[in-house]
Amino acid sequence: MSLTDPAQREIAAQAIDLHKTYGKGAAEVRALDGVSVDLYAGQFTAIMGPSGSGKSTLMHCLAALDKPTTGEVIVGGRKLGKLRDRRLTSLRRDKIGFVFQAFNLVPTLTAQENILLPLSLARKKPDPGWFDQVIDTVGLRPRLSHKPSELSGGQQQRVACARALVSKPDIVFADEPTGNLDSTSAAQVLDFLRHSVDDLGQTIVMVSHDPVAASYCDRVIFLADGRIVDELAKPSREEILAHMADLQARAMGLAPIGDGA
Amino acid sequence: MLRLTLRNLAAHKVRLLMSTLAIVLGVAFLAGVLTFSHGLDRTFSGIINGSTPDGQVRPTNSASSAEASRPGAGGAATLEPEAIERLRTLPEVARADGVVQGAGLYVLDTDDKLVSSSGAPTLAFNHTGTPNLLGEPSLELIEGSWPTGEKELVLDEATAEKAGYRVGDSVTLIAPQGETRRKVTLTGTASFNGGGTAGAQLLIFSTAGAQSLFTEGKDVYSGISLTAAPGVSQKELVAAANTVVPKGFEAVTGDKMVEESEDAIGEFLDVISVFLIVFAVIAVIVGAFIIVNTFSILIAQRSRQLALLRALGASRRQVTTSVLFEALVMSLVAATIGVLAGWGLAHALAAAFRQAGLEIASDVLVLTPRTIWISYAVGVLVTLAAALLPSRRAGKVPPVAAMREDTQPPARSTILRTSVGLVLLAAGLAIAAVPRIGVPEISLPGGFDVPTSPALWVGVGAGISILSVAWISAFLGRPVLAALRTVSGALFGMTGKLAGQNAMRDPRRTGATASALMIGLALVSLIGVLAASMNASISDVVEEQFKPDLVVQSPTFTPFPTSIGDEMEKVEGVATVSRSQIAQAVVGEVDLQNPKKNEVAFLFGVDEHLSQVYDLDVLEGSEDLKPGQVLVTDEAAKEHDWRLGDRIDLTFVSGRQQHPQISGIIARTQVTGDITMRIEDLVTAKVPREDASLSIMLARGADPAVVHERLDKLVEDRPVVAVQDKDEFAESIKGQVNQLLYMIYGLLALAIVIAVIGIVNTLGLSVIERTREIGLLRAIGLSRGQLRRMITLESVTIAVLGAVLGLVLGVLFGVLLRDALREDLTSLWVPLDQLAVFLAIAVVVGVLAALLPAIRAGREDVLKAIASE
Repeated sequence: MSLTDPAQREIAAQAIDLHKTYGKGAAEVRALDGVSVDLYAGQFTAIMGPSGSGKSTLMHCLAALDKPTTGEVIVGGRKLGKLRDRRLTSLRRDKIGFVFQAFNLVPTLTAQENILLPLSLARKKPDPGWFDQVIDTVGLRPRLSHKPSELSGGQQQRVACARALVSKPDIVFADEPTGNLDSTSAAQVLDFLRHSVDDLGQTIVMVSHDPVAASYCDRVIFLADGRIVDELAKPSREEILAHMADLQARAMGLAPIGDGA
Repeated sequence: MLRLTLRNLAAHKVRLLMSTLAIVLGVAFLAGVLTFSHGLDRTFSGIINGSTPDGQVRPTNSASSAEASRPGAGGAATLEPEAIERLRTLPEVARADGVVQGAGLYVLDTDDKLVSSSGAPTLAFNHTGTPNLLGEPSLELIEGSWPTGEKELVLDEATAEKAGYRVGDSVTLIAPQGETRRKVTLTGTASFNGGGTAGAQLLIFSTAGAQSLFTEGKDVYSGISLTAAPGVSQKELVAAANTVVPKGFEAVTGDKMVEESEDAIGEFLDVISVFLIVFAVIAVIVGAFIIVNTFSILIAQRSRQLALLRALGASRRQVTTSVLFEALVMSLVAATIGVLAGWGLAHALAAAFRQAGLEIASDVLVLTPRTIWISYAVGVLVTLAAALLPSRRAGKVPPVAAMREDTQPPARSTILRTSVGLVLLAAGLAIAAVPRIGVPEISLPGGFDVPTSPALWVGVGAGISILSVAWISAFLGRPVLAALRTVSGALFGMTGKLAGQNAMRDPRRTGATASALMIGLALVSLIGVLAASMNASISDVVEEQFKPDLVVQSPTFTPFPTSIGDEMEKVEGVATVSRSQIAQAVVGEVDLQNPKKNEVAFLFGVDEHLSQVYDLDVLEGSEDLKPGQVLVTDEAAKEHDWRLGDRIDLTFVSGRQQHPQISGIIARTQVTGDITMRIEDLVTAKVPREDASLSIMLARGADPAVVHERLDKLVEDRPVVAVQDKDEFAESIKGQVNQLLYMIYGLLALAIVIAVIGIVNTLGLSVIERTREIGLLRAIGLSRGQLRRMITLESVTIAVLGAVLGLVLGVLFGVLLRDALREDLTSLWVPLDQLAVFLAIAVVVGVLAALLPAIRAGREDVLKAIASE
């Protein structure tokens, strides 16, 4: 498929031979064990894998939240390894959007204030046209003056998505954004993310272990034991399920003779 | 449960350390004050006991010891050497030593400046070697030898050191009579038996030396120290001595003298102790606020764990007990540290007093069982009482809370609390306002009178109000917090707004934290208003009553020789010198059996110029005062039922009696006493002639500055006196007010330090509580600097809330208290500049309190923060 053709797509974020180890000696855990991946602009990418596969670590490294032990991350053409905390902070603020599984919103601020938070922290004014477009896509206009405690879980996640998009970031990272939601709310959030890519031209990378969520994506990358083991383009839910079952079986089959990672 | 409690303590070491610090400081202050007071007491009683002989022969009517101890100068009666010889022949008497005492002698330091004293007396006397009532020497020689020659002197160590003299040096003394200066050789240094002098300056001469200074060289004595023969009791000694002592003298036992001295000094010591203990109590109360708050927060954070315990079968009571036990362990640790720190603090206080000249031997600064017992009891009880409410709240956590996602307990209704608090506040304000309407005379059955002192009403009202405001600070603070949020939002954008929101998130917590600071600042600003009003009142009085162009006085209000006035009269530009002298006399009947029942009045002796210099407010009669007449104040007239033309009975220290006639009744002023009479009459009464102050009017056309300078030059080598114009005079009095003010501020600073700890504590706990939120903010682009600013602004918001509440209360009650004391504090002054400084200090306090929590939050790993569950 043309969408996965590297030659035709602009790279939004890039990982080059990432290693990440925790602990030392016998207790050493290799969360990432030589991951190299290019994430393309204008795509909705899912990173999938069983628990402990390193998918969250990979995302944290790509999103400048964590530093790899070795290897290089490039976001928006900038190498993260050399940047100090201040530059990383402004990079996160201006070039990267975040949606977490929970605890996405500041409880003391209204929905609108939460959405505008990255801009107000940078003391910037929102682009009114873009703001309206995001709000309408997310469908929250009547709820803007509500505090997070007055919103449902799905509404809270959509506010978080709107906040991630409002500063027109180069790339949005979403960590299990539907993990805490019922299926209807989850579908609304995923629809919204899909729309953001298709209609608003955004780039989204989502970590998930939910095949339904991954089936909304253009590209699914599979991780196991800190390595990229496979990827699928525009897969269906069934394809993903089959693939995961396969991975699971291989992991179980390999475990007794594995190298201890 | 026990093991779990101990585990909890171990798990929250840092958090507990901070709240422990509040108890530690409170207990330390209390233990320090108790230790210090005890040491002070011991020092004085050591000196009194160590310097009192078995018996003493003294003038019968020693109404005023200062006057009585100036023999030979025409004042009190003296003893001839024969009296001593007669006593020595008695079998009960082992030794009888003639004592020569004097006053009004000053030591000049090597730069010819007066050696400053703390206000403790200068004791000048001869060295006799009489042992004290324990049979030990009264004085201890530290260095050198006792004086033998007429021009030899032994000083106490502190004075010698302060003046810069060493043994063998020539010391300059200023004597009040005759010659102005005398040079003597320092032969040694000494102290009272038991060490220390409690700040008194000791000038010890040989008998001949003391006589040459105080008795015009005549071989007479002011008293006799007696030592009992072996096996003779003090009572037997005195009974025997009284058979031979001359008329006008009596022998008294050493025990009686000790008792009298301790009575006199005890009052002074009690004032110091009570004064210090008041501040210790304030510190403990402020500390209690912080403990309540810390425990409340800790329990709120632990509610899930507590719920789990409940779900696993722990009873409500077990949970409550475990929290209380936690408080008990904490308070024991804190009290132990506090008692030790208090011991150190007592030494620091002693060092501060030593700087001020009040020597306190450090070996008497010991932790007595009583001090330790009280400190532990206060520390433990206050902590347990403070933890009681939070622990009951802990017991109420339902087991189901363990399953809930949201661990924050739902905001409970504060309507009841707020309304009770408002009622209490209204009651407190009403009580404080009572003196404005007039204090009612209420008698309760059983003979209890409701106190009628207006200041007490205001004090009680202020206490109730401040505590009720602290209790409902969550409610009262809301508008202040909202205003502060707007301000910080406008100044610092989103960071400021977030900080303001955070401070409002749990108004009760913010309010309780701010309350600790509020109490400190309420007291500081109350004292500030009183002090400013006092200074304003002084200005008014000086403006109204300071009529002369210049006044000559001693800075320590000690009398000086008349020769100074004589010389000043000759200075060019001086028109009139009006002199005044202060003396004492017994008014009415003299009771020889009970000298304490005699009513001693201060008499002001004045000359004929008084009415030219000052405008007296004459209510009856005339201000013209002739010898044989007195002016009395309307207050004194009312008290004694005196009328114009009455004759009053005065008995002077010399034993002379006079019956002057009241020629005028006047309003009280600073330059007249209850009884004012002509100096000539004092001279007739054999009161030694000296001046207490000189009021100088300049000649027409004389330049005040030039004359001032000439007079300054004249007293240059007489450091005893100072020449002051109106402004200098006012400033010198205000200086004393301000000195006291700064001391009080210093003591209240401790309460503010404890309040800072409270803010650090609350912020620290809030940061831990909001770890995930901070992580989120950092992830979406809050820089470290912005995070630090956010926490600092929250801290400043809390501090300013405390300051605003405190300043409002302090000013309110300062105004009411001033009103209650309006007879003395005639004008009201609210020191806006000082209040602004206090507010600024609160901001600084907020910034300082945020330092640690902000750094800690800034260090937080962003990823860990989001991942923390």
